[in-house]
Formats: sequence, structure tokens, C-alpha cells
Amino acid sequence: MKLRNYLENIADVGIYPVITLLIFFIFFSLLTAWTIWSRKQKFSEISHLPLEESEQNTPAQHQQ
Amino acid sequence: MHHNDESKDKLTPLTTEAKLSSSVGPLDTFYYDNKIVVWFAYATAFWGIAGMLFGLWAALQLTFPSLSFNLAETTFGRIRPVHTNAVIFAFVGNGIFMGVYYSLQRLCKTRMYSDLLSKIHFWGWQSIIVLGAITLMLGYTSSKEYAELEWPIDVLITIVWVIFGWNMMGTIIKRRERHLYVAIWFYIATWVTVAMLHIVNSMELPYTWLNSYSAYAGVQDALVQWWYGHNAVAFFLTTPYLGLMYYFLPKAANRPVYSYRLSIIHFWALIFLYIWAGPHHLLYNALPDWAQNLGTVFSIMLIAPSWGGMLNGLLTLRGAWDRVREDPVLKFMVVAITAYGMATFEGPMLSLKSVNAISHFTDWTVAHVHVGALGWNGFLTFGILYWLIPRIFETKLYSKKLANVHFWIGTLGIVFYTVPMYIAGFMQASMLKQFTPEGQLKYQFLETVQQMKPFYFMRSVGGFLFLIGALIMCYNLLKTIKAGKAVEEEKAQALSLANQNVVVHGKDHWHRWIERRPMQMLFWSLIVVIIGGAVEFIPTFMVKSNVPTISSVKPYTPLELAGRDIYVREGCYTCHSQQVRPFRDEVARYGEYSKAGESVYDHPFQWGSKRTGPDLARVGGKYPDSWHFNHMFDPTSMSNGSVMPPYPWLFRRDVDATVMPAKIRAMQKLGVPYPAGYDQKAVDDMSKQAEKIAKNLAGDKLEVKPSREIVALIAYLQRLGTDIKVSENK
Repeated sequence: MKLRNYLENIADVGIYPVITLLIFFIFFSLLTAWTIWSRKQKFSEISHLPLEESEQNTPAQHQQ
Repeated sequence: MHHNDESKDKLTPLTTEAKLSSSVGPLDTFYYDNKIVVWFAYATAFWGIAGMLFGLWAALQLTFPSLSFNLAETTFGRIRPVHTNAVIFAFVGNGIFMGVYYSLQRLCKTRMYSDLLSKIHFWGWQSIIVLGAITLMLGYTSSKEYAELEWPIDVLITIVWVIFGWNMMGTIIKRRERHLYVAIWFYIATWVTVAMLHIVNSMELPYTWLNSYSAYAGVQDALVQWWYGHNAVAFFLTTPYLGLMYYFLPKAANRPVYSYRLSIIHFWALIFLYIWAGPHHLLYNALPDWAQNLGTVFSIMLIAPSWGGMLNGLLTLRGAWDRVREDPVLKFMVVAITAYGMATFEGPMLSLKSVNAISHFTDWTVAHVHVGALGWNGFLTFGILYWLIPRIFETKLYSKKLANVHFWIGTLGIVFYTVPMYIAGFMQASMLKQFTPEGQLKYQFLETVQQMKPFYFMRSVGGFLFLIGALIMCYNLLKTIKAGKAVEEEKAQALSLANQNVVVHGKDHWHRWIERRPMQMLFWSLIVVIIGGAVEFIPTFMVKSNVPTISSVKPYTPLELAGRDIYVREGCYTCHSQQVRPFRDEVARYGEYSKAGESVYDHPFQWGSKRTGPDLARVGGKYPDSWHFNHMFDPTSMSNGSVMPPYPWLFRRDVDATVMPAKIRAMQKLGVPYPAGYDQKAVDDMSKQAEKIAKNLAGDKLEVKPSREIVALIAYLQRLGTDIKVSENK
């Protein structure tokens, strides 16, 4: 059986793949755009969160 | 040395930012709960060894079947699920909790929400493991892979999982750090998705206090099961461990993750794509084509985020590779991440139909999962343990040299395990597909099994090496623990959120909005994973034409049903599939390929995922009753060189007729069309059919009481796949 046969059984089914693709596309476009344009400094701060303890213990490495 | 109690000028960038703002309150002093972390660490090591022992035992049985000791409780079909469940839920499960309880407190700058919930979580999980192992060995199983535990334990898992989630979300909500670091996102997505998977796949109708039938049948059951099975790998073995990687790798390397941007895309892409990929476990099976293709497409797309994550991990070590040479912790982590990369490249390849046609049902899949289990989960866990224990016990690792020995033995173990399995899988598939010039199958199934034996043995050697490495680790860690003293309550200080009047630079972004709000994060993660599941399920459940019914397919007779329950109990599905794929060699070997409509009354489905023995979908009528009788008593008497264990207890035990009415009623509730009131007639019908088979066996000079379990099992085996044959004769 072909995909077509199943899909023909659902009313207005054509809209589902379009909506799915749109959600998917828009979400990941926004996400990618945001990660590219977002402030680098902010990310750097967040990415240091796991290191806070060790940084506090070894201030010399703070500058890395 | 790990205390957080320093003056304000050493505060982190974020709190420095806070300091710039007008109001800076006093620092809160609080204590991290290390005791619970240590408990989970002990449990991880203990269950790791236990899980590996069961694996080794099961592996050795394939070379030396007598190691089943002729006992029901210790046959391959029962201890293989003990091995898989122990490794996944006991070893990796406790590893997750160990890592989460350590990292979450520190990333949130707060103690766990509730010590009581932590304790209930710990003891609840350990009792699930013990109950699980006992019931599986006693034969209480749902037969759904990695979800074998029966319904009362499923309920217990749900309760304990909710307690874990409650404790985790409570901790996140009372945090002193505004931002949720990416590891926490992985923890949240793990929690919510595993909850969903477990509940949906465990829908079952109990008929005794330890037995149940799956609410789904046939194709639908298969689809739900592999949606679960695949995502158990994704959301139990992968996402929580990625969270751990994003925390412990920067910790061990003492540098931030290579790209935080990449980690954000990694997270969303991974949880979005993973959930769709389940049907790749059912390629060429009796599942609608569109669902199979959906599984393949999303599996291929998964390479991108998986490799993004792997590269992010490896690149974190850029400029620090000299330290990798020195530090066993980093060595373990590097191999773990590399294994993750290898397994996540191989996975999508295996979901290509042409590759899957060869790999599926063979040891190739076993090799693939062990690259993940031994390499990714095993080695990351070891790395974390080596890092964590000396820190909590405020001492140095007892022996770096022993840790290095562990590293090399473990690596060798992985190689010795996987390489023979790859060769075996490929060899068996190609042998099975060969035809003579006259058009006959070149090899009997049993001949291929003979060829597998040396590889099975080599694999056991690999597993043994890996286990020895883990034991060396336990010794090393015990010595470390003895040399130090646990800091059970670790003092720390931080500003409370209310006192952090953070200066906002420019516009605040929508994603930053969500990443500060754990409940919204949980909600949106759930939405993302629900979409994938819904697209797979709704058409398969709602559109009737997806499972074309076959009029000649009838419900099982009571005796056949009793036999089927024995088949499930003994874990026959661990070695035998019931799914003939539409290939020339399979049709020639087993008969007409399997149709979706054939398993509409199969609660649960028994399609299987591995053929250590031949497919049984059309075994009905292939051999006389006496053949099955002798074969089950001593498989080698009928198939010389078989690695199947004997099942002598089936000849001693009686079928429990008292539960038959309850079984029939349960099946009726699930939509199996037994006539009304049939539950009262079922026992009569059962004895009649049993007497017929016993008489038939007596004709071959085989004396057996009709009430024995073997009779029911023969009835079931002789029924398999015959519905279609009947229709062909018409």
C-alpha cells in the first residue's frame, strides 16, 4: 500500500505536512538565527556556570 | 577545597553583573547534599558489575548452553532481559541520578529540594531493580523489550519517577542561579519524555496480580514498543548522559564547553528528531511503508545534531589534549564521546533499508548497541566516578596507574566484544541469503549458528575483559574512599535570586525567556516530543486501512493462548522472531512473508528483534507434534549443534486452568472477538484440545499428561502462521 492511500482517507490531510514543515522550519530558523545573532558575551557567561567552583578556587584560571 | 565560601570579589561573571545593579543582598549560606550522590555512586558501581555479570552469563550460554543449569530461572530467555534491564535502568539509571544530584545542586546553587524525596527516590529505585530482577527470573514479563517488567512494577516506576521529577523541578524552582545551564535542559527533557514513553508503552490490562496483556496488538503494539524502545535509548541512555557530558567534561577539563550556541541547537534538534525515528526498528516488517520511511528519514537527519554534540564535546578539549594523555578521567570521556559519535553515525546507516536488510535480526545490532552501552554509557560513567569520588572524599585517586589499566582493559574489551559481533552479523546475513545454482538455499539456519560459535566465545572474552576493568575500578575507588573522608554536607554561598537585580543588556530574547523558566521548558519539551509520537500513532490507530484485516485470522484457542503465555514467559522472543520479511531467502526458508493483519489478536506482539534461532512466524504444521516434544526436552536431539537450552520443567508443570477465564475476559475487553460467555467454556475447550494433542503424541510413543505445559506450547507453535495457509487452500 502506498502512502497516498492512507492519506486520502483523512479529510483535508494536505494541510498537515505543510503545517508540520512550517513549524519545523520556522522553529529551527529562529533558533539558528538567534544563536548566531545573540550576544557572545552572554553565552560565554552561561557556559562558565559549571566551572564556577573551580574558578573560585583557582582564580588564576579565571581569565581563560 | 571545594567550598564556595569566598568573598564577593571572586564571584562569577553573572553575579558580578548582579553586583553592578543597585541592590545586592547578603549571601545565603547553604549545604550541598553529597550523601545522596555517594549512595547513587555506590549503586551505579554495584549494579554495573551485576548487570555485566548477567551479560557475561547470557553470552556464555550461547557457547555453552549447559550453563542454563536446566533451570527455568536461569535460561537465556530469562536472564537476557535481566541483563538489559540491569544495565539500562540499574547501572545507567543510577549513573544518571548520581550525576544529576551532583550537578543540579551546583548549577542551581542550592541543595536538593527535599532530602526525604531524595531518599525515597533512592530506595524506591533500588527496590524496583531488585523486584525487577526477581520477577524477570521467575518469568513475569510483558515481553516488550526494555519494558519487560510487569504492571505492579510499572506502577512503582511511575511513582518513583514522579518523585524524582518533583525533587528535580523543586530544586530548579528554588535555585539561586537565574540561567538554566544546558545540562539542566537535557535533564528536564529526559524526565518528561521518559515519563511519557513509560506510561504509553506500559498500557496493559492485568489479569492476575502479576500478569497482564498489552493494551495494543500486533502492528500497533510493535509501533508503540519501538517508539518506546528507540526513545529509551534516546532519552535514557543519551539525553541524560549528554547533560552529564555538558557538565562533567568542562569540569574535568577545567574549561567551558566549546560552543554554547551549538549546545542549544544540539538540544532542540535532538529532542525534536529522536522521537520520530522509532519505526526504523521495523523496516521490512508488517508496518505501513509510510511509517517505515518516516523512521528512516528522521534517523538520517539525526546524524547532524548527534555529531554536533560529539564535536562540541571533543572540541571542548582543544588545546588540552596534552592533559588527556595524563588524566584517566579525560581519557575515559574522550573514548565515550568518540563511541557516541560512532554509534550515532552507525545508527542512521542501519536505518537505511538496504543496510537494515542485512543487519537486522543479526549480531550486527548487538555490536551496535554495545558500542553505545560499553563505550558511551560505560566509559562516561567510569570517567565521572573517577572524577567524583576523590572530590567528595577530599582525597586523591588511590592509583592513577590502576585507572589507566582499567582504561586499556576496558577499551580492549569493547574491541573484543564488538569486532567479533560485527563479523558474525555480517557473515550470518550473507550465509542466510546464499542460494545454490539450482535455486535452493545454500545453508540451513543451524549451519550458520555453528559458524557463529567461535565469535560468540570471543565476544564473551571481550565482555569478561570489560568486567575485569570495572572490578579494578571498584577496588581503586574503594581504596580511595578508605583514604579519605566524605564531605556529606558541602558548604556553599550564593546570592538568592530575589537579591540578584540583574542589569539587562539590550533586548531580552524569547529563548532566554524560556531558558529561565523550567516549567515552560518542561512543557515545550513535552510538546516537541508529543508531535513526533502523534504523527506516527494517529494514522496507524485511526485509519483502518493501515492494518488490513484478514477474514481467516481467528483468535487463539484457550490452549494456544496458554501456550502463547508460556512462550512469552520463557522469553522465546529474545532469540526467535515471528516476522518473515519479504525477501527471497526468507520466503524460501520460512514461507510467505508476514502480513499486518495476521497479528491483530497478538497482545503483546511477538515479532522479535534478533534471530539467534530461526524465525517462527510460520512454524505451525512444519514439524509433527512429536518433533516439538523431543526438541523442547532436548533441542540437540532434533537439531544437532543447537545452542538452545532444554526446557524440562515444561514436562513437569501443569497449565493453570484457573486463570483461563480471566485471560479470556481480559482479551475480550481488549477487543478480541471471543463469543460472549466464552470465559466459562474456555477451560473445557482447552482440555479437549490438549487431549487430542496428547493422543497424537501417544501415537508416537510419547506419553504425557494433557495438562502439562508442553502440550499448550505445542498447540501454540503448531498454530503459528497457519491462518494464512488456510486461506490459501480455499
